[in-house]
Amino acid sequence: MPSSALTAAHPLKDVAASDSSLRRFLHGLPGVDAVGLEARAASLGTRSIKTTAKAYAIDLAISMVDLTTLEGADTPGKVRALGAKAVKPDPTDRTTPATAAVCVYPDMVAVAKEAVAGSGVKVASVATAFPAGRAALDVKLADVRDAVAAGADEIDMVIDRGAFLAGRYLKVYDEITAVKEACGTSARLKVIFETGELSTYDNIRRASWLGMLAGADFIKTSTGKVAVNATPANTLLMLEAVRDFRAQTGIQIGVKPAGGIRTSKDAVKFLVLVNETAGEDWLDNHWFRFGASSLLNDLLMQRQKLATGRYSGPDYVTVD
Amino acid sequence: MSEKNDKTERAERLSVFKTYKLYVGGKFPRSESGRVYEVTDSKGKWLANAPLSSRKDARDAVVAARKAFGGWSGATAYNRGQVLYRVAEMLEGRRDQFTREVADAEGLSKSKAAAVVDATIDRWVWYAGWTDKIAQVVGGGNPVAGPFFNLSSPEPTGVVAVLAPQESSFLGLVSVLAPVIATGNTAIVVASENSPLPALSLAEVLATSDVPGGVVNVLSGRTAEIATPLASHQDVNAIDLAGADEVLAKELEIAAADNLKRVLRPQPVDYAETPGIDRLTAFLETKTVWHPTGSLGASGSAY
Repeated sequence: MPSSALTAAHPLKDVAASDSSLRRFLHGLPGVDAVGLEARAASLGTRSIKTTAKAYAIDLAISMVDLTTLEGADTPGKVRALGAKAVKPDPTDRTTPATAAVCVYPDMVAVAKEAVAGSGVKVASVATAFPAGRAALDVKLADVRDAVAAGADEIDMVIDRGAFLAGRYLKVYDEITAVKEACGTSARLKVIFETGELSTYDNIRRASWLGMLAGADFIKTSTGKVAVNATPANTLLMLEAVRDFRAQTGIQIGVKPAGGIRTSKDAVKFLVLVNETAGEDWLDNHWFRFGASSLLNDLLMQRQKLATGRYSGPDYVTVD
Repeated sequence: MSEKNDKTERAERLSVFKTYKLYVGGKFPRSESGRVYEVTDSKGKWLANAPLSSRKDARDAVVAARKAFGGWSGATAYNRGQVLYRVAEMLEGRRDQFTREVADAEGLSKSKAAAVVDATIDRWVWYAGWTDKIAQVVGGGNPVAGPFFNLSSPEPTGVVAVLAPQESSFLGLVSVLAPVIATGNTAIVVASENSPLPALSLAEVLATSDVPGGVVNVLSGRTAEIATPLASHQDVNAIDLAGADEVLAKELEIAAADNLKRVLRPQPVDYAETPGIDRLTAFLETKTVWHPTGSLGASGSAY
């Protein structure tokens, strides 16, 4: 695994020296051809994935799911049920792989940790005043430390979109580095850009580079709490960013589309994007995740269909 | 002179053929497979191309029917009756079109076909009237030996796959479809293989009456090809085998046993007769509630 920090000698190390140099760098990134990007994403979505390739893709997608519950009404019981499902997604078929992680609010981390103990399933926690991110830095850091102390393996932070859209990139950068520091060595950091609020593809590209420069281990599209979430186009853009970043720095960064991915068909389309853009190195749940809740049920129904030859139904998966 | 001109102009008008399409989830898609097949009248003359559905169309129809089930089964019986009556009203307005289609499909004279269409519209009205009466006939309070109110009420089974009769393409179709949806089930109809056009036109009537999208889904194509995935589908609760021949019916019944589907076996039916409530009750389940009568019961004067 490549080291996750830029060495002092690397030319990109200096771009965050000041607000103006960071702005110069981010605005110097090539503009995004929106039509071309969407056409590329759409054309990659037409690949036909069948039989054994489909079975492989479904198992891979299941192993990449961050099974998520982020509701005000979450109870310890619901989180425990979710944990059990993450460990054994389909109790009727023990060959089904476990999901990558469960994703919960910080106060539920301890419960989730207990529910998945000993299974290899990780516990991710949203933090930093998720989903709006409108709180003082101290409060955000306390939120992160809480989650890490409770045993979270991964922290999903939201960037300050207000500061980003106002052009105060260094503030966003400093916040990410501070959160990264609060994560310590035990937790990986996912940085959520809320692409639906960034207005343009250019902004998504800038945010991706900003996040990667600041030390994110993962870049994540969205919170799932706004109207526009992960789309093939914005995920493709972020995949291009991590590919280029590794080419320049040797550091590999993960990508997590989240929200709005509900069917196996969608999930397989995203896997095609990953393979064709970033490459095979990313086809692993250490580098690519799906933030989703209802997706898993559809993947399981498709898996049952492949195994038995008859269409399954929602009566044969959990209601959650 | 001018009259003659009129006639030649009329003769030169290009014919506008109708593209028959499937009806799934309130929309009119072509078959996912892109296939069509030729539909001919009883004498072998070409009538139109109809979509040749695949198993994926069947799967999509089940998803649509499942989605519509909550709303349709939750609607009041009175409301369902009104909606079904509205369908009869819409059919009445298209009487001529259906007369023509039935005459072509079944090789009937125009007057005989018109009589069939009239009987079909009356069948809708008949079943529309049953929606809020069936519960009183097959449900009710049961006398039990204990301090309980004991109530039985009929509940819809869920998603029902209906193989429409092969010969009676319109009256037979409505006679098997209407009772299924009257009681709150949602349906996937596999139209008569050789004469699917009345069924596909009925879909247009359903779309323009108040029947919510997904309550009825109409597929045309090879009955055996579409029915097989429907019979084994885990999210279909019942299947009416009216349009299956003996061999196919046996196969489908075996496949349907997998998730304990309710199966209505094919039986000889004269669709012109008044049907009785057998087809209504075939796709109903009975829910019985035992309710303690409380202090009344304790004091020994239950009821």
